[in-house]
Amino acid sequence: MNIAVLVKLAPDTEAALKIDADRLKIATVDINYVLNPYDEYAVEEGLRWKEKFGGTTTVFSLGREEAVKALRNALAMGADEAVHIVSPGGLDMLGKAKALAAALQGRGFDVIFAGKQSVDDDCGAVGPMTAYYLSIPHISTVVKLDCDGSRITAWREFEGGAEKFECPLPVLITAQKGLNEPRYASLKGIMFSKKKEIAVVEAAPAQAKIEILKLNYPPVRQAGKIVGQGVEAVPKLLQLLREEAKVL
Amino acid sequence: MNILTYIESREGKIRVAGLEALSAGRRLVDAAGGKLTALLLGSGIDGLTEIVRGCGADAIYLADHPDLALYSPEAYCETAATAMLKSNAQIFLLSATALGRDLAPLAAAKLDAGLLTDCTEAALENGQLVVKRPVYGGRLIMTLAAASLPVVVSLRPKIFPVVKCEVAEPTIEKLTLNLDGVIRARCVETKAEAGGKLDVTEADVVVSGGRGLRSPDNFHLIEELAAALRGAVGASRPVVDIGWRPHSEQVGQTGKVVSPTLYIAAGISGAIQHLAGMSSSKVIVAINKDPEAPIFKVADYGIVGDALEILPVLTQAVKALER
Repeated sequence: MNIAVLVKLAPDTEAALKIDADRLKIATVDINYVLNPYDEYAVEEGLRWKEKFGGTTTVFSLGREEAVKALRNALAMGADEAVHIVSPGGLDMLGKAKALAAALQGRGFDVIFAGKQSVDDDCGAVGPMTAYYLSIPHISTVVKLDCDGSRITAWREFEGGAEKFECPLPVLITAQKGLNEPRYASLKGIMFSKKKEIAVVEAAPAQAKIEILKLNYPPVRQAGKIVGQGVEAVPKLLQLLREEAKVL
Repeated sequence: MNILTYIESREGKIRVAGLEALSAGRRLVDAAGGKLTALLLGSGIDGLTEIVRGCGADAIYLADHPDLALYSPEAYCETAATAMLKSNAQIFLLSATALGRDLAPLAAAKLDAGLLTDCTEAALENGQLVVKRPVYGGRLIMTLAAASLPVVVSLRPKIFPVVKCEVAEPTIEKLTLNLDGVIRARCVETKAEAGGKLDVTEADVVVSGGRGLRSPDNFHLIEELAAALRGAVGASRPVVDIGWRPHSEQVGQTGKVVSPTLYIAAGISGAIQHLAGMSSSKVIVAINKDPEAPIFKVADYGIVGDALEILPVLTQAVKALER
């Protein structure tokens, strides 16, 4: 099985974010960047497929220099090969997906895994768009996945239910939390990841169809009042919810 | 500016989020002039036009086809593209539900259109579509503009109000579709949550529990309060990660972002990534033993105390109100 995984580096979800002087992006100083949490499930799934069906797992990351860190993290978990797609910058979702598809095209992947979204722009768009440009089907936000070697069955959740899809390979799958439990990097994997040569390809620049105007902090929520201590405060709370907040 | 709005339905029922998108579309069309078309997809869905009537659409497109009975990214995308062409629309508007968040990027790729996902504001400024959307799990807000048209825009559910409006009777048109060979990834089965469980993203009231509940066996206290308030059960990341609660209940940056009218956090300290997921709630109530817990910094009302003692009393009091 020829397996690809798309990964991205993203700020740690516990990181304190500051807006850069240009008011268009975050300031990158003092921020711990990690492998996007949803991509960990994608890498894990790629490794499980390799263990089950044999073959190789190749990880791809689009970005500037820092993308290499995401690739090394995935190599340390057990991926075999890594490709850094050097971004010219300024790509929107379509541009990113086109660049990824160009790097994946013609390499005969049976399955491509990606995280359901990155925890920075929260779009969840690059996976489905990349599948479109590769002319293969996709199934997004998958929580359960099985494969018999040529066809897959995948479950995804929606509001109040879940739906099961069937599909022949090749397919692109985006991973939702719950799909699996990502492994930790082994010492051997970490050694391998440090030495492994990373292939480099250049992404084509593209005109963005979306323009970022500014980045702001959300309105600060003012702390309200402590109604009281313990169960004695319950009647007062209910009264406030009814008469002041008018939500009951 | 012509707008096409997809009105989401599942199993023959319109989802409120679809009407929210339609109302938002009406507002944009009223501001800029143009035509608002509502797109209904499914199989045997004639009856749905009645619900969409009076919600502001100038035209209703009915895409009724056996291959549209269950959600299919490919068939729905194909249909949306057909409808965009036919309605001569420059904006494809839909709700950022599980379905919408899947369909929007595929439709954008097919239409070679810009994509604006999960927007919380959308307006026309000097003829240009400008939106706001939360990024970094809601910890920052980004303002973006569509630099070209067409554009695909998904709207966060429960942010945009449904507004009934008096417009002329919409025209209703059945779309002629050829979906032969379009579907490769086919939905073969759906199952509803046990007991018709309400999703945290759709509920007006969300009651969430965290480690302060001390054991998964105590979560019935959360479920009972949620039931009394006709709300949904949510959970913090730690209790999901240790397997007390399912992933589908997780509220926060790596879970779901919610905007209910009332959010009650019990035994949740308020980690930064949890606050990101619930800070846009209208009213927040926090119950926590630690008066210094960060959750009190965003809560409108707080009770300092043990959630295990307070929850049953609160549930009884809510039930007494009902009577």
